[in-house]
Amino acid sequence: MFYRENGQFKTSYRADQQIFPIAQDRVALFVLLAIAFLAVPFMASDYIFRAILIPFLIFSLAAVGVNILVGYCGQISLGSGAFMAVGAYAAYNFFVRVDGMPLLVALILGGVCAMLFGILFGLPSLRVKGLYLAVATLAAQFFSDWMFLRIQWFTNNSSSGSVSVSNLQVFGLSLESPLAKYLFCLSLLAVIALLAKNLVRGAVGREWMAIRDMDVAAAVIGIRPMYAKLSAFAVSSFIVGVAGALWAFIYLGAWEPAAFSVDQSFKLLFMVIIGGMGSIMGSFFGAAFIVILPIALSQFLPVLASWVGIEISTAGVSHAELMVFGGLIVWFLIVEPHGLAKLWSIGKQKLRLWPFPH
Amino acid sequence: MSFFLETLFGGLMAGMLYSLVALGFVLIYKASGVFNFAQGAMVLFAALAMARFSEWVPLYTGITNPIVANLIAFVGAGVVMFVVAWVIERLVLRHLVNQEGTTLLMATLGISYFMEGLGQSLFGNSIYTIDIGMPKDPVMILESFFEGGILINKEDFYAAIIAAALVALLSVFFQKTATGRALRAVADDHQAAQSIGIPLNRIWVIVWCVAGVVALVAGMIWGSKLGVQFSLTTVALRALPVVILGGLTSVPGAIVGGLIIGVGEKLSEVFLGPYVGGGIEIWFAYVLALGFLLIRPQGLFGEKIIDRV
Repeated sequence: MFYRENGQFKTSYRADQQIFPIAQDRVALFVLLAIAFLAVPFMASDYIFRAILIPFLIFSLAAVGVNILVGYCGQISLGSGAFMAVGAYAAYNFFVRVDGMPLLVALILGGVCAMLFGILFGLPSLRVKGLYLAVATLAAQFFSDWMFLRIQWFTNNSSSGSVSVSNLQVFGLSLESPLAKYLFCLSLLAVIALLAKNLVRGAVGREWMAIRDMDVAAAVIGIRPMYAKLSAFAVSSFIVGVAGALWAFIYLGAWEPAAFSVDQSFKLLFMVIIGGMGSIMGSFFGAAFIVILPIALSQFLPVLASWVGIEISTAGVSHAELMVFGGLIVWFLIVEPHGLAKLWSIGKQKLRLWPFPH
Repeated sequence: MSFFLETLFGGLMAGMLYSLVALGFVLIYKASGVFNFAQGAMVLFAALAMARFSEWVPLYTGITNPIVANLIAFVGAGVVMFVVAWVIERLVLRHLVNQEGTTLLMATLGISYFMEGLGQSLFGNSIYTIDIGMPKDPVMILESFFEGGILINKEDFYAAIIAAALVALLSVFFQKTATGRALRAVADDHQAAQSIGIPLNRIWVIVWCVAGVVALVAGMIWGSKLGVQFSLTTVALRALPVVILGGLTSVPGAIVGGLIIGVGEKLSEVFLGPYVGGGIEIWFAYVLALGFLLIRPQGLFGEKIIDRV
């Protein structure tokens, strides 16, 4: 009744091609942004900022990046953790070694370094495909693990690669309180997500999708596979690199190479698959799912156990968490292999007809 | 020269152990098209079961002969792996027929999380030992050829022999038995195999069982070398370059790939490592595999990938 485009006539090409063609979508987006920027800061506690909202925002950003590569261009990558690490350590080096380097510029330069690293490790994708490529991208992961542990220059000669940053400022405002961190991450996410959304509906995005659907056919109709694949690697690893730098600078503060291990890569891929491949919206759903699930489990499981009357140890809880996490992922893939984004679009379709389905 | 040969032999024997894990990947991929990331978790699970059973058997049955106890433990762990295979087929694979490769890959990652949790909550999470009576002392060979001979780790040597025997056994099973023929038929073409009356579901259970037994042997050998602990799951990550180097669909590829990766890793660590700070073996294996893939994108022995429009 409320969600339909009847009566919204497009009178110009511009109106026909805008990002959100349905007026209700635009309104909903502005309301969502207003809530995120204006209402949430007054409602959330420090714990919620630190444990849920900030990780959610940063992982959403990373998931958008991975989704461009995996979901839009069809190149499965298990090396996202490495791109995050390169972004984080490169930003750290720019931040520490250059005097008076603004935080924002350091983050973006970190993203650029991750982009170069991504292009380098994306080169095999021109020849190697599918699962072979997925395993080959693990090379990037293990190479970066090693690089930041052993090459002292990258970590400013600190032992075992652990580094820290402090006294973060942006435009003269201190980034110490959780609220400031939240707003900073949110603004970056909003800008980059908008850019990403525009990219994937533009010419280059269409090229990526053509390559994903069938690369030989795409090449036949005149799409350059090298340009399309490498540009997907570049854009994706730039975004993932910025997210990695944010994760290190804003969330962790002090970190070591293990923070960007292969587990992180798996997690990012989970977000993309569970959220929905080939959907910017889905990246947010996936990130929310993966960030909130472990927290909810660790809060909920001991309570459940005490209801049933069993006392479980902390090790037992962490094992049970692993089991429930794995089980839920499998269950989810069986029930909705196309991810949460698919559920969302089904819901929207239903909403259009509601309450008169015929 | 003798040092070089020593490294080479060490690499070959380590490579044999990698191929053992890689074999599990290849078997499942061939028969069901699933890239089974849970292989590492299966190795851990099987090794945990084996270690605990061999501890419990003397405790509860009074059998003190270590060989009999180990044998019972081995059979027990084999039964456990059979149950695991059956449950996975029933609850997961059956519902994911015809899904994309990526989805299946993620499902096996989910399975691996589940099995890591389950294994540790069933069997405990400390470090256990498996003692199958393998000699640990190093031995000198070829002393007549070289000054000082070549030092070889006996344990590695026996492990390599066990691995080779298992591979031989598997190839006989695949080539000569009716079940093996059915497995190869399914691997070639699911639909054609089904149309001549081969039950796909049963074949999948069998192949996951075989992979489970391979995981058990791998877990037993690795476990007796390193101790049974959580880090055993990373063995799978070490074996992945072997799989892509040899080709996802080829059993001999897993063996040859294992040997190449094993030798490459050891030689690079010994001769290249000191210049760049050491610890390079894990990524060197991947880069080596990548180098081979650039020349043959389907791995050394994999089926040629044909794109049809």
